[in-house]
Amino acid sequence: MIELQEVSKRFGAVTAIDEVSLTIGRGELVVILGSSGSGKSTLLRMMNRLVEHDSGRILFAGEEIRSFRPEDLRRRMGYAIQSIGLFPHWSVERNIATVPSLLRWPKTRVDARVAELMTLLQLEPAVYRARYPHQLSGGQQQRVGVARALAADPEVLLMDEPFGALDPVTRAALQRELAHIHDVSGKTIVLVTHDIDEALGLATRIVLLDAGRIVQSGTPLEMLAQPASDFVTDFFGRADVGIRLLGLRRVSEYMRPVGEHPLHDDDEGPISDTLSLRDALSVFVSRRVDRLPVANGEGTIVGRLELRDLLRPPRPSEPGIAQ
Amino acid sequence: MIALTLRKSMRAVEQDRLLWAVLALFLLLVFGAGWLKPLFASLFPQLQRPLYDHDSFASLVLAHLQIVVLSSIAATVVGVSAGVFATRAAGREFRPLIETLVSAGQTFPPVAVLAVAIPLIGFGVAPALIALALYGVLPILQATLAGVESVPAPALEAAEGLGLNRWQRLFGVELALAAPVILAGVRTSVIINIGTAAIASTVGVKTLGLPIIVGLSGFNTAYVIQGAVLVGLLAVAVDLAFETLQRRLVRWQSTR
Repeated sequence: MIELQEVSKRFGAVTAIDEVSLTIGRGELVVILGSSGSGKSTLLRMMNRLVEHDSGRILFAGEEIRSFRPEDLRRRMGYAIQSIGLFPHWSVERNIATVPSLLRWPKTRVDARVAELMTLLQLEPAVYRARYPHQLSGGQQQRVGVARALAADPEVLLMDEPFGALDPVTRAALQRELAHIHDVSGKTIVLVTHDIDEALGLATRIVLLDAGRIVQSGTPLEMLAQPASDFVTDFFGRADVGIRLLGLRRVSEYMRPVGEHPLHDDDEGPISDTLSLRDALSVFVSRRVDRLPVANGEGTIVGRLELRDLLRPPRPSEPGIAQ
Repeated sequence: MIALTLRKSMRAVEQDRLLWAVLALFLLLVFGAGWLKPLFASLFPQLQRPLYDHDSFASLVLAHLQIVVLSSIAATVVGVSAGVFATRAAGREFRPLIETLVSAGQTFPPVAVLAVAIPLIGFGVAPALIALALYGVLPILQATLAGVESVPAPALEAAEGLGLNRWQRLFGVELALAAPVILAGVRTSVIINIGTAAIASTVGVKTLGLPIIVGLSGFNTAYVIQGAVLVGLLAVAVDLAFETLQRRLVRWQSTR
């Protein structure tokens, strides 16, 4: 979908991006991770030509991005940023319809699309359609921002720390919704963040950037389990790696199915099989037990998890990524 | 919040009423020569001709408005274009120069500009228009600069990132968001202009200043009052009309 070939960018004497090569396939959710000044935003902004690259080639849908008019390129790529940037003088509806209107979609199609996106992002159309940005909370504004980025059904969605300014609860809710959108739409998403847990939770692939170079690129599990260098280990927090690994694994993948071991009556109440092992560990510790019953979405007991199960090696056949 | 909105809307209703009252009074003076004559005759019994009747007030008002509208349009076009240019990447370094030039334009008293313009251009409406337009640019330029600078940077970044081209960004986002501030500048400029346009009558241009000039030179206080009251009422009416327009423009800011 997007291919960078030995791309570099300098600002004066500073090399922001240093010969980066990266291929982003259709349907991937690539998280570009790095600390401030690592060049991660520059890398993203080069993809839609908000920043022009100095050397190398960037291909979109097989063509050098400079062969497109910048406006045409950007209308095919959604764009959402941390500061949201809603147009304060336009209603929610008109904000979301920005790109469809630029593309001159017929009004009925625009209206239908706006309603569809508002519902997808948990904004009741009847309530919020005619509101103005200043009448919304920060979380609602970013929902509108994401809806606006998705409005014209772009081939790629570029997001620059989209949830960085939100409170933890709202951030978690929007991260879940983004994962859901990625699941149902199969859209290619490139997301920039410095939030390690956000990267581990959302990414199908993480690209770790430092001083304008890619340090390592791989699945969240690979980044934690097979760090390429001490920098990678340090970045993901040497002491927290174990906990974060547990965060990537789901209870359903580690539990013992019902029948294998009889359940005890003194168990307090089941945990959900969609929990991550990290959350399960927390339950073990807070209840001071070493085994927990596990229930599925309907509440039926489907198995149980023992504390020592957390130490088992991951089964190679399973993706092992909690959403 | 509700109380505030209510108070705001009540203020709006009051202002609209005031606008209609001022307009009614103004029209009464313009077309009420029949009863104005006896009124001024009783106020100024020593004057032989207590009511200005060289021209009808209606034709003076029309001529005055024509000069104000033309010079204000010119001032708005120049002020807004200069302001937009000075806030572009290409024009940023010209900004101090533009601001100095325009400030100088307002420093010259219009009478002085008229005095200089007449030997160059000759008598008539043209030098008056130039003087008034020059004098009116500054508030519009300053308002444009302030308005365009107040546009939130994230909205501009989003506009660019979503694929609005430069004209769509300028008109759809920057000028649309700056419009209330720019309009406030135009309002100031037009109000100053209505008062200043009367001075153009010193060089023979037909405006509402004519009764004032004629009255001053002929020791006819009644003429001076008639001209001055009409100019004053016209300025107040136009000011209130701008107020209404501005309220319309920022309706999105106050919706609940």
